Amino acid sequence: MSIWEYANPKKFMQTSAWALPWVTGLAVVALVGGLIWGFFFTPDDYKQGSTVKIIYIHVPSAMMAINAWVMMLVASLIWIIRRHHVSALAAKAAAPIGMTMTLIALFTGAIWGQPMWGTWWAWDPRLTSFLILFLFYLGYIALWEAIDDPDTAADLTSVLCLVGSVFALLSRYAVNFWNQGLHQEASLSMDAEENVADVFWYPLLVCIAGFVLLFVTLVLIRTRTEIRSRRLKALEARERMA
Amino acid sequence: MIALLLRDLRLAIRAGGGFGLGLAFFLIVTVLVPFGVGPEGGTLAKIAPGILWVGALLACLLSLDRIFALDFEDGSLDLLATAPIPLEAVVTMKAAAHWLTTGLPLVVAAPVFGVLLNLQGEGFFWLTVSLALGTPALSVIGTFGAALTVGLKRGGLLLSLLVLPLYVPTLIFGAETVRRGTEGMETGAPLMLLAGITAASVALLPFASAAAIRVNLR
Repeated sequence: MSIWEYANPKKFMQTSAWALPWVTGLAVVALVGGLIWGFFFTPDDYKQGSTVKIIYIHVPSAMMAINAWVMMLVASLIWIIRRHHVSALAAKAAAPIGMTMTLIALFTGAIWGQPMWGTWWAWDPRLTSFLILFLFYLGYIALWEAIDDPDTAADLTSVLCLVGSVFALLSRYAVNFWNQGLHQEASLSMDAEENVADVFWYPLLVCIAGFVLLFVTLVLIRTRTEIRSRRLKALEARERMA
Repeated sequence: MIALLLRDLRLAIRAGGGFGLGLAFFLIVTVLVPFGVGPEGGTLAKIAPGILWVGALLACLLSLDRIFALDFEDGSLDLLATAPIPLEAVVTMKAAAHWLTTGLPLVVAAPVFGVLLNLQGEGFFWLTVSLALGTPALSVIGTFGAALTVGLKRGGLLLSLLVLPLYVPTLIFGAETVRRGTEGMETGAPLMLLAGITAASVALLPFASAAAIRVNLR
């Protein structure tokens, strides 16, 4: 029993069909629970008032925006090295979700920034690198859409994902160099001296778990759809041949 | 390899269009900016480094789809791929030819265009240096984008979408060098980072480009 068994589409479909309801259920529970806990049962911040509560959407979506890209990178590597189709399709399935997460993070940030910083947008390093990440997602999705042959598309997008990852990282540090920021430093790290207070921390953890599960759910659903559409195409091709 | 480089150079010069087009585009961008922001010298001097770098970058972008498109259409790319030199070398030579026909003229012309934008003092020197160090990276990164989109019918717009985010670090360090140089500040850090990006891109990206071409020729 090895993890590569799931590279078999049939095995993947079976296992994901079994896992999907559980993951979906857990995602709903964690998201609803975490958001209700965060929105209604935590105190207002003494400086920020109730706007602090946008943290429960902003932080998890921002984390998932980056993690989705990392997942795409790993899936692309698996495709390049071992050529498992499920992996390439999972990378394709994750891209629009990651892009949406990036947009959510940018928009919730803008909504929070307006009352707090007095501006919707600032060319702060974190904000700017997220905008650049959004552009990378756009290019990656556009390349998938532009190429007809699925294997060629998978190959080229994988190469783009690898090169793009390096340049995305590079941009992150270049942007840091370019401008000083308004955005607060990391406040969830394990080793930081000043972290977010415990009252906000626990519901936030639940929300992060909820977003991770939501991401897994959506990726599973979209990958299953991709596999099915691939099968449909094969069936149609077979009918035309007959 | 040298023969390939010379062939590409000859093609670029004699076929017309490719050689001067980027330069003309750069000039037009430089001329349009004062119409947009007003002719006041102080404002122009302040934005000149950034505008010149963005203009050079866009001019570079303009000629990217010509790198492989013609060779792909008439089949010479297939011949090059089966030639006894590695495809990575072919790609590197293609990028070199692109730089010689697009990047180098930009480097030479940029100080002249700097006059139009009221670039100050030290800026001319740093503009030339940073462009000379940075434009090879633009060519190599652009070659990678062109290699990805070579098989596509309407790859032009997609090419821009793919390549422009990859240009971000180069642009930041390049423009930052000129800005600091103009203000008489230390330029060592951004200049070295810019050179680092160029060196790494030239060393590593041809492998990715060659891989993309192999996929597209399959």
